[in-house]
Amino acid sequence: MSFLQNDVPLNWYLLLSAVLFSLGVVGFLIKRNLITVFMSIELMLNAVNLSFVAFAYQWHEVKGQIFVFFVMMVAAAEAAVGLAIIIAVFRVRATLAVDRIDLMKL
Amino acid sequence: MNGSLHLWLIPLLPFAGFLVNGILGSRLPRWLVSTIGLLAPFLSFLLVLNAYALTSISAATCPGCSPVGAAALPYVEVFPHPWIAIGGLRADFSFFLDPLSLVMLLVVTGVGFLIHIYSVGYMAHEEGYARYFSFLNLFLFFMTVLVLAGNVLLMFVGWEGVGLASYLLISFYFKWDSAAAAGKKAFIVNRIGDFGFLIGIFLILASFGTLNFSQIAQVLALKAAWHGGLLTVICLCLLVGAAGKSAQLPLYVWLPDAMEGPTPVSALIHAATMVTAGVYLIARTHFLFDRAPIALAVVAIVGAATALFAATIGLVQNDIKRVLAYSTISQLGYMFLACGVAAYSAAIFHLVTHAFFKALLFLAAGSVIHAMGGEQDMRKMGGLRKRLPVTFWTMTIAVFTIAGFPPLAAFFSKDAILYSAFVSGTGGKILWFVGLLTALLTSLYMFRLWYMTFFGELRSPDVHPHESPLSMRAPLVILALLSICGGWIGIESFSAYLAPSVGFHPAVSNPSLEFILTLVAVLAALEGWLIADKYYRRKTERPAQLAAALPAGYKLLANKYYVDEIYGVVLVKPLFAFSQYVLGWVIDTGILGGIAWLLAGTANLSGMILQRWQSGNLRSYAAWLTAAAAALLLFVFHVPIGTYLGAHGIGLQLNLHWMGH
Repeated sequence: MSFLQNDVPLNWYLLLSAVLFSLGVVGFLIKRNLITVFMSIELMLNAVNLSFVAFAYQWHEVKGQIFVFFVMMVAAAEAAVGLAIIIAVFRVRATLAVDRIDLMKL
Repeated sequence: MNGSLHLWLIPLLPFAGFLVNGILGSRLPRWLVSTIGLLAPFLSFLLVLNAYALTSISAATCPGCSPVGAAALPYVEVFPHPWIAIGGLRADFSFFLDPLSLVMLLVVTGVGFLIHIYSVGYMAHEEGYARYFSFLNLFLFFMTVLVLAGNVLLMFVGWEGVGLASYLLISFYFKWDSAAAAGKKAFIVNRIGDFGFLIGIFLILASFGTLNFSQIAQVLALKAAWHGGLLTVICLCLLVGAAGKSAQLPLYVWLPDAMEGPTPVSALIHAATMVTAGVYLIARTHFLFDRAPIALAVVAIVGAATALFAATIGLVQNDIKRVLAYSTISQLGYMFLACGVAAYSAAIFHLVTHAFFKALLFLAAGSVIHAMGGEQDMRKMGGLRKRLPVTFWTMTIAVFTIAGFPPLAAFFSKDAILYSAFVSGTGGKILWFVGLLTALLTSLYMFRLWYMTFFGELRSPDVHPHESPLSMRAPLVILALLSICGGWIGIESFSAYLAPSVGFHPAVSNPSLEFILTLVAVLAALEGWLIADKYYRRKTERPAQLAAALPAGYKLLANKYYVDEIYGVVLVKPLFAFSQYVLGWVIDTGILGGIAWLLAGTANLSGMILQRWQSGNLRSYAAWLTAAAAALLLFVFHVPIGTYLGAHGIGLQLNLHWMGH
């Protein structure tokens, strides 16, 4: 344990978290495939989870870790609903390209 | 004051008739429509007679002893709940019965009922039978409200209401453009008069603090020294209203056109009752006019001028109803003349006799028109004496009456007016002379009508005139009898009866003078007859020769002094131009339309801009979300949080100390 505390400073974890989050954002914005977009969202969530855990470890606070459990729970539920929606959309539209799924447009 | 006269029923019965016939009439059989339409005015007439009988009993018996059911005049009925009560203004539904309104009611409901009977025959083959009777009943409702009103405001309600009924009935044949235009003309010209009346009402309210006739009279009685000034203004405003309703100069133009309506309507509304409302108004508010000598003089001048003016136009009209229309205007001028010399009872006396003989003239003319199959041009009539005997004899009585031959009704009333004018100062002599000249002209044009219609040969060979049905002949005969006897009561006893309402009529102080004046008036009427006899019976080619000899004068009269044309150029055209260019183009299209266009344009433009955000594309939303989040983050990290967000307690509880690590 002391190895972590001594050798890997908090900033590194935060940096990794930021990189993962940015990758998620960029993927979310530029990818056309709905499943990739979905995976990008998961990536962002996990990036946030990482920074939560890192902070909780740094400050010896258990709240951060509890938050992570919540996020994981929501992410699991979201994955179930989201994938179901994706399948339904695919059945109707026969495509998973995000640009083509513009039902909200007037 | 014991015993109720149920005055409120007098207007409400015709109103009920209006509602029933107006709503259900088109689904009811004709006999039922006629029954309802006749029953309402008949019951009202009975109630008026009842009121007359009961009040006469009370007047005849000794003061103190009161027979059962008798009532004394003036008699007031007030609806328990006030109509309007705002601050100092209080107006009630109050009905006021005094000799003046009683006489007027007798005329309105009595002649009205006769004309309802006549209408059953006259309108038998017309479309819109139920509509006609419902409008006629509506008119009676408003007219009785007008007459019975105890305050100026309620009178104004009746005043406007009869204007409405008049409009509806003038435009009864609404499929003809001319009838629709005539109705509009009557309505608009009356609006001008009503504007004056309304200003008068406001001024009365402002200066007396009340609208009740008897209270106004009381206030005036307390201020004995108050003459002229504001009272003159009030009276002139009321005169404008009266001139509009009673078709006096310069607002008479609507009445000749009003002849587009069915003939019984012309008889009832535009001869016997509604157009006399102006005279009634002046008599009703005589206590104001008595204190405003200038206004009285204006009334007299307007009346005399109208009488002469309309009579000259009547000389050359060829439409039988238009001759009668100008005659009506002229006779109303007589009544105004009488009001103007403060001989109110003489004015009301002439109003009553005029109601009889003018209704008779119109109904007889209607009978002629009916017999001629709708033809109104006298040049195409002639020789109807033998074919329409009842119409001929009743019309003859009416013609002799209006010409003023003794002992017929108008002889007495016209005589009273001329005498009153003669004895009222130096200016009165001029008024008398104008009245005398008008009497001559009246006699001339009436006998002209008589000769052209009934004598000579029938000038349209393909028409086969037939006498009218009994329902039309009976009112003719009754009105003929009234035209004969209506004046026998005499001005002395009539004015004595009216005295509580309009003050005493100056008694004849000089019997020999009165005899001479009477003789002169009868001679004038005789002269008019002789001229008509010469020109229209013996030498029928003479009128045309005369017209050819004086083309300018004839054209001036035939075109009614070009008054309609002058009004058209001076008033209507500029008003039209103003409406079209200034109101229509500049204000409506330019300013109002511009503002609306600007508002709509702004909304449209912002909508077009904002619309681009809502692309429906998921990734564009996501991009905006990201950009916004980034912007927020930048804002948070570059602005000292404590000063803005922290102070407002929004609680962005980021602890930033570790940033320094």
